[in-house]
Amino acid sequence: MSPAQQTLLAANQASEHRPLIISLFAVFVVATLVITVWAGRQTKDAADFYAGGRQFSAFQNGLAVSGDYMSAASFLGIAGAIALFGYDGFLYSIGFLVAWLVALLLVAEPLRNSGRYTMGDVLAYRMRQRPVRTAAGTSTIVVSIFYLLAQMAGAGVLVSLLLGITSDAGKIGIVALVGILMIVYVSIGGMKGTTWVQMVKAVLLIGGTLLITFLVLLKFNFNISDLLGSAAENSGKGTAFLEPGLQYGATGTSKLDFVSLGIALVLGTAGLPHILIRFYTVPTAKAARKSVNWAIGIIGGFYLMTLALGFGAAALISQEEIIASNPSGNTAAPLLALHLGGVDSAWGAILLATISAVAFATILAVVAGLTLASSSSFAHDIYANVIRKGQATGEEEVRAARWATVFIGIVSIGLGALARDLNVAGLVALAFAVAASANLPTILYSLFWKRFTTQGALWSIYGGLIVAVGLVLFSPVVSGDPKAMFPDVDFAWFPLKNPGIISIPFGFFMGWLGTILSKEEPDTKKYAELEVRSLTGTGAH
Amino acid sequence: MATDAPPPSKASSTLPSTEAFVEVHESAEFGELRRSYRSFAFPLTVAFIAWYLLYVLLSNYAGGFMGTKLFGNINVAFVFGIAQFVTTFLIAWWYSRHAAAKLDPKAEAIKSRMEGGA
Repeated sequence: MSPAQQTLLAANQASEHRPLIISLFAVFVVATLVITVWAGRQTKDAADFYAGGRQFSAFQNGLAVSGDYMSAASFLGIAGAIALFGYDGFLYSIGFLVAWLVALLLVAEPLRNSGRYTMGDVLAYRMRQRPVRTAAGTSTIVVSIFYLLAQMAGAGVLVSLLLGITSDAGKIGIVALVGILMIVYVSIGGMKGTTWVQMVKAVLLIGGTLLITFLVLLKFNFNISDLLGSAAENSGKGTAFLEPGLQYGATGTSKLDFVSLGIALVLGTAGLPHILIRFYTVPTAKAARKSVNWAIGIIGGFYLMTLALGFGAAALISQEEIIASNPSGNTAAPLLALHLGGVDSAWGAILLATISAVAFATILAVVAGLTLASSSSFAHDIYANVIRKGQATGEEEVRAARWATVFIGIVSIGLGALARDLNVAGLVALAFAVAASANLPTILYSLFWKRFTTQGALWSIYGGLIVAVGLVLFSPVVSGDPKAMFPDVDFAWFPLKNPGIISIPFGFFMGWLGTILSKEEPDTKKYAELEVRSLTGTGAH
Repeated sequence: MATDAPPPSKASSTLPSTEAFVEVHESAEFGELRRSYRSFAFPLTVAFIAWYLLYVLLSNYAGGFMGTKLFGNINVAFVFGIAQFVTTFLIAWWYSRHAAAKLDPKAEAIKSRMEGGA
């Protein structure tokens, strides 16, 4: 039987159990909608909508942060990258994890202490409000949309595997369903509802991953060396599969791409708006620190398990089958579940359905978190502080946020179909690169550099944003490559898939240059205020 | 989560004046808190980023070394990767210990004085 036929069989089998799969999806959707409506009733003012009332415990928020962070990229993308490229897929998880130290040591606590609802609160603290808030809002929305694109790609992939839907209309239908659900979660439940959805999802994801990890290890008698050996052998690539270089080692350019990706991963997390706003949901900076610690533990444990998933898939499934199912390996984890249960057995179908439902929950929850970040930033930074010049009431802000949610939902449904065949981990890495280039320099300069000025902030945000997005546009991700979004045209003059190695230093450089060239004096009194607040928590919201 | 209790954040006291902040900013006590934070967090950040970049660069340009088998199918690259996990956990724990022992008491003292005395 050819791999393509096997996949077809898997899809057919899944179709036989379609009622089961659909009921699992439906249970999750109904449960989360109930939570959302309940949370919506508790949402009375802007602090509830934006920050969940700031009353979540450190553990709850740690779980929710993990839920926001462990996206389809982590689950489907990393497992797939390891299944196809072996060791090189591991880099993603290492970078994604180490990155949390930047957030822990430099950003989480000062942000919680000095901001209110958005990343823009901190960036604009001692600057001219309107231009800096406009910039912060713009980059928040751009980063979130990149990230959304990846999640939507994951949703499309899952559904074609699961329900055997290959027609464009069917896929668009599913993307639309995801979009509508996220609009409902966010506009009704606000941060409270979204946080609870993240917690439920995190528990489900950890549970599902634990189960598959256990089953993989059981097959190899808990001998990791055997697992790696079988993966290497079955992949047909031998020991090279366990060494760095399969995906990135081919040429000097691809090696540089690897370094670029590595830098983007480690510096991106602390600039992701949907992660940053989570720190406002706890009462104090100390609780923010503790929630990061919980997140590091949960996320670290999860990434260690993705090793078992990825190498397990490589050991138990042929490379041809993985690729036939999805060229970038995004379906390796659900396929693994099917194989662990037995391709022809009901147990296999049940496992496949369970893992797919977990992946679906993952996507829905992350998409909701991203939408909340962008609509909060639109309502609080752009509508309330730029358009209404700080005169909007909390009620008006929340209403604007709800409308923004609907708008962003529609935009991301529209974009969702474009990125189907890209590896979702690769797409998310782009969001990290943009966040690290446009947001992180300004966050760090704002918090720690007394001389930093409005001009420096603007040059840094726009400079980093334009260069990062521009280089992606002219990279092999968008054109000139069989796996690109537009494979039939070639305007890719920039050879690297990840722009980080250029755009991140550029963002830092522009912040410095804009500052030393600016004619206005830095507001040192306001900086004293920001620094005292950020380190002591005086007057924290 | 007790959702019935009104969140304390709503009852936040008025912010001390900018002048009060400037005064505290120049005090020796705040200087010490700031030094204690920066002299811990900044070098540690440089160190873990360097350690991570070392890993990335070795993976890229020292394939032979990273491929050296240590036991069974476990090679240097694998151990190096796991070591990054371990150091991340350790650094998170170490920073939190430092913050709880050295930073929190100082920050708390300044905060309560500023909010109480305002």
